[in-house]
Amino acid sequence: MPASLMQGSAAVAEAAVAAGCRFFAGYPMLPFTDLLEHMARRLPEVGGVCMNAESEIEGVNMVLGAAAAGARAATGSCGQGIALMQEAVAEAALNEVPFVVFNMARGQQDYFQATRGGGWGDYRTITLAPADVGEAVEHTQLLFHLADRYRAPTVLYGDYLVAHTHMGVEVEQRDLGPLPDKDWALDGTRGGTGRSRQIWTWAMGRTDAPGPGPDAHWRRLADKFDGIAATEARSAQHRTDDAEHLIVSFGTSAPFVDHVVDELRADGHRIGSFRPVTLWPFPEAALAATVAAGPCAQVLVFEVNAGQMIDDVRLAVAGRAPVRPIGGVSIDGSGMRQGALLSAAAIRDRVLAAIEEVPSP
Amino acid sequence: MTTTPTTTPPTTPPPTTTVPTDAPPDRPSRKVAASSAALQVGEDHHLCPGCGHPVAWRILLEVISELDLARRSIGVVGHGCYTNIVRLADIDWLQCLHGRAPAVATGVKRVRPEVAVFTLQGDGDMASEGLAEVLHAAARAERITCIMLNNGVFGDTGGQMTAASVVGQRTKTSLEGRDPATHGYPVPVADLVSRLPGTAYVARGGVGSAGAIAQTKRYLKRAFELQVAGAGFTFVEVLTMCPTGWFVPTAEGPGYLGATFEATFPLGEIR
Repeated sequence: MPASLMQGSAAVAEAAVAAGCRFFAGYPMLPFTDLLEHMARRLPEVGGVCMNAESEIEGVNMVLGAAAAGARAATGSCGQGIALMQEAVAEAALNEVPFVVFNMARGQQDYFQATRGGGWGDYRTITLAPADVGEAVEHTQLLFHLADRYRAPTVLYGDYLVAHTHMGVEVEQRDLGPLPDKDWALDGTRGGTGRSRQIWTWAMGRTDAPGPGPDAHWRRLADKFDGIAATEARSAQHRTDDAEHLIVSFGTSAPFVDHVVDELRADGHRIGSFRPVTLWPFPEAALAATVAAGPCAQVLVFEVNAGQMIDDVRLAVAGRAPVRPIGGVSIDGSGMRQGALLSAAAIRDRVLAAIEEVPSP
Repeated sequence: MTTTPTTTPPTTPPPTTTVPTDAPPDRPSRKVAASSAALQVGEDHHLCPGCGHPVAWRILLEVISELDLARRSIGVVGHGCYTNIVRLADIDWLQCLHGRAPAVATGVKRVRPEVAVFTLQGDGDMASEGLAEVLHAAARAERITCIMLNNGVFGDTGGQMTAASVVGQRTKTSLEGRDPATHGYPVPVADLVSRLPGTAYVARGGVGSAGAIAQTKRYLKRAFELQVAGAGFTFVEVLTMCPTGWFVPTAEGPGYLGATFEATFPLGEIR
């Protein structure tokens, strides 16, 4: 299939369909709304179902039910809607029901929400933050794969720029490797056989076929998330060799930062950038190695919020270099997307000021 | 759900007591079918003496067997004392969040339309926490059966007022009885869903007497038959006893049920 010019929401919808998503439920909320509209149009064409959920709570629970019955399923929202879904996302993480949540956030102020979550219990959600529409297409298919591989809900952290930008993209079904059988999924065919299945956060099983119970079950899940943290962290770097100043940014901020890096390199500054592609697991080891390898005088964190990812950056850098925020709150007049701070000129000014304050070693 | 989950697997339950009916009884007094439903795999539960839930469980499981649905049914169960059925009944179960069972069951049914999908919820789960979910499922004419075990009290947490507690009912959070001036009025869920055009069948039964149990079993059977036939949303409310949560002597449970609950929630087929 040749590349075609598509709006980000349409491209993500096509990628979800190509990945085999056949059940979607959502509640309108800008900038997520367009994805819901595309799924409502596309899924019936491929024999799937798109539900006009009456609330985000109902939507995510419908998706939990569909996924528990074995379907590839997804929902989405942003901000407040994602907040309403957190109870069910945590539940799905704890009772091991895989689905994808498309968080088309209104900016970068939901990093904590995406990486820490607001649900209960010891759980994490694999969260990918694409830099542009093309990467969102790749991530969409990868998220369905990772969800099934680990039997856990996964999250795409997009935003207005991902959802509404038009870009030439190719959407093709990707082979991401074999997956375990969904022999845990409920199909209702085993009643009375002694082999019926159950999906239950407490995992207590039937009295004649006891499950592990919550203690052993939740310790196994904690081990599972530790394993994901050790193996699934992804990151990208731009001109970090010999960099004295390292800028860390995520999602759609990163292309702006990379552009500024190129500009400043042309002016003779030894500067590079680092981007966590997975917000959770945060690529701690890769960032630490990058900082340790070079003559890094400082790590600058550019995020369009009051300072959220910087916590993870500090944990990863662990004192190897000073970590300083150069981002901030910036929302445009609509309240739906990043404001004036997300521009190459504004970022360049802040980076230059930071370079002057901390002389290179 | 038990309030204090144990990590130690319980000992193997005693075999379910059954009496063969394909041979003449060895004495007339034992001429009964079975003391527990065929799909029941154990008799070990945490419910209080006088609780009505086990009777509701039994007729539900009997209906599933009698309609030959054991190998094509999925139960979606909420949070309450009744959740323990997951441990005792040999069918596929999805235990879900408080109040959300009708939404979860919607997802299950849309993916597996050939399967009989039902929810099992209490009045705290459905009338209090999840009223929107059941009303919306009914309005969408989801081909599922929602079952509300209504004892007018949060039993699992020890006897607090729910949205379905009847006027005058004493609970730990309405000590002098539910007073409309302070607490408002109970929500008649069955009557609400009966007003929605997507609803194919609504009935309210009870387990306070042998006659009511037999009638309620017929209601459940009708609801499952109509679901399997694709008629639309089906709903059965079952009034059950909770003498512990009502603070009445165990033996007075059925009498209290009839005198208070049935006056507010009359039994019968509603739609």
